[in-house]
Amino acid sequence: MATFEPVLTRNWNVPDARSLKVYESRGGYQAARKALTTMDPDAVVNLVKDSELRGRGGAGFPCGLKWTFLPKDRKETLMCVNGDESEPATFNNRYLLERDPHMFLEGILISCFATRASTSYVYLRFEYIEATRIIEEAIAEARAAGHLGKNIYGTGFNLDVWVHRGAGAYICGEETGLIESLEGKRGWPRIKPPFPAIEGAFRKPTVVNNIETLCCVPHIVERGAAWFKSIGTPKSYGPKLYTVSGHVEKQVCVELPLGVTCRELIDDHAGGVWKGRKAKAAVPGGISMGLLSADELDTPLDFESLRKPGCLGLGTAAVTVIDDHTPIIDYLVNTSRFFAHESCGQCTPCREGTGWMSKTIHRIKNGGGRIEDLDVMLHLAENLGIIPGTTICGLADGAAWPIKNALAKFRPELEEYIRTHQTPGAGPTPLQLDVAAGRRVDLFQVGNAIAAPPPAAALHSPGRPDA
Amino acid sequence: MSAEAPARPPQRIALLTEPLREQIRALFPRYPSKRAVTLPALHLVHEHLRCVPLQAMSEIAELLEIAPAEVHDTMSFYGFFPQAPIGDVRVWVCRSLSCMLRGGDELLGHACRKLGIHPGETTPDGKLTVEFAECLGICDHAPAALADDGRVYGPLDEAGVEAMLDELKRGRKDGPTRA
Ligand SMILES: Cc1cc2nc3c(=O)[nH]c(=O)nc-3n(C[C@H](O)[C@H](O)[C@H](O)COP(=O)(O)O)c2cc1C
Ligand code: SF4
Ligand code: FES
Repeated sequence: MATFEPVLTRNWNVPDARSLKVYESRGGYQAARKALTTMDPDAVVNLVKDSELRGRGGAGFPCGLKWTFLPKDRKETLMCVNGDESEPATFNNRYLLERDPHMFLEGILISCFATRASTSYVYLRFEYIEATRIIEEAIAEARAAGHLGKNIYGTGFNLDVWVHRGAGAYICGEETGLIESLEGKRGWPRIKPPFPAIEGAFRKPTVVNNIETLCCVPHIVERGAAWFKSIGTPKSYGPKLYTVSGHVEKQVCVELPLGVTCRELIDDHAGGVWKGRKAKAAVPGGISMGLLSADELDTPLDFESLRKPGCLGLGTAAVTVIDDHTPIIDYLVNTSRFFAHESCGQCTPCREGTGWMSKTIHRIKNGGGRIEDLDVMLHLAENLGIIPGTTICGLADGAAWPIKNALAKFRPELEEYIRTHQTPGAGPTPLQLDVAAGRRVDLFQVGNAIAAPPPAAALHSPGRPDA
Repeated sequence: MSAEAPARPPQRIALLTEPLREQIRALFPRYPSKRAVTLPALHLVHEHLRCVPLQAMSEIAELLEIAPAEVHDTMSFYGFFPQAPIGDVRVWVCRSLSCMLRGGDELLGHACRKLGIHPGETTPDGKLTVEFAECLGICDHAPAALADDGRVYGPLDEAGVEAMLDELKRGRKDGPTRA
């Protein structure tokens, strides 16, 4: 591969790069000027379509194509920028916001021009407190300098950008959950169709894009679609911000061509697995995507290759490394707890399923597991999500994939864990077993003997002797 | 009306001050509907009162011309807005995967033991509220914690947690600083 020139991160080490002056001095807003003053909106859409830029928010949907779904005869278009970034282990959007806010605003400007949106809502998760402050400042600066507001560059194009803050709900990252939340309602994802491009926020045609997706746009305008497609792997073009965290020496966010391998990330960029240990597994792209085992670490992290090892996809390209001292059950306890906590509760399979899953896994962890629980979990995981078609949004698939992958790749370890971790009293009660087996129960005899579950023990800690 | 008209019970004192109402109204032009101002209004009220009591909720509803139940519906979904005041500083300790792998759960336990409270509670002196959180998006600092004035802490260990609590007890910082 030719030497890779980072673009998304090119200003990160420049002093004061956040300020408009420095950003402009490094060629900032030139792409926006070029697009607005020399190109037709549809030409920009076609350019982005030609670049085959795929959404960086998780689903990997082709960005330009999504823009063409907007009705031709629309009167008004809205742009919602998805800055909810709550997928565990993901923080690349935060880096983009904090280190180069104007690149992001330039991305919004060009994308709104292309889609003819005159209002853009930047939905930021509440926890990005500093990023919110930085973006608000940048918006004020850009507005004062005429990059936003009325009649931008004398072209007659108007654009308002407003920051809208979330309130700590993962599900508001789902695009229709985000739209509902923006409208002032609970963040319940909508049944699709209609897709947001047809009927989105405030029932108007709406574009929803991730922050990093939009940050790619100025570079595509500046350097062309062919440049973009010269980076990456087939069907996965362009630069990508990868984040690496967990059991590595250095937790980092790096820009690399799409399709680097997990091993390269760990060894070349994150300083290797911590404490000189070996990796047991790695999460390829946020916990919804599943799990790679140690011998699958050479899988390229792009939109296509991750299906082979059975993962859901590239997701947010957020790698979490798990070392060989960590029981896989701890990973499952954590992921199942997350999804049970974050399910919005609209769909029964998701609301109940994530809860059951979490309870079952906690019971196994606490020494009350049965070998047959693993099959029950697998059955549950296979019947949960939009891929089997039982739920409204993809959260449930995200909940299912860690289970499916862990069971496919680490079943012997989980069985061994169950066999060697049996604590009397932690298992199902005789009553539960009778009910499960369809036996008649004599409630009087059972009486009040149903044992309370033991307190949940603390999870894995580094250096714990049995860990 | 005669001067002897029976005295009416005093009017309830509004919780939302006029400047605060003005701040909320100023957001109306940004959105096609007033209801969309629900979350921003809740945030503004929460910032001022450190909670959103029932009465504030109905005052927001009045401003936005929607039913109080609609504000409540939204507010209760997020689990972010307490109805009774929280501490001066609210700190979230992350328990999601990358932090958990590096001891996040234990550090939350340690912080709570040090303060003698449970997750979600406020210290008796009203200075600190400690909560668990799912991934805070600061995993490069894992195991990490975030204060609601924007200060980021991590990678933490037990000593780091204690130092963090001491620092936070001294109150909020206007300009967030990096730990
Ligand atoms: C449960 C769930 C959570 C999501 N969270 C996010 C998120 O935090 N940020 C994001 O950009 N996309 C998230 N997405 C994906 C969005 O629905 C949507 O695909 C994306 O914002 C589209 O933008 P893109 O095409 O630029 O990637 C999530 C999806 C699901 C199902
Ligand atoms: S799948 Fe789960 S999170 Fe998504 S809409 Fe249904 S209940 Fe809510
Ligand atoms: S996992 Fe703790 S901040 Fe992301």
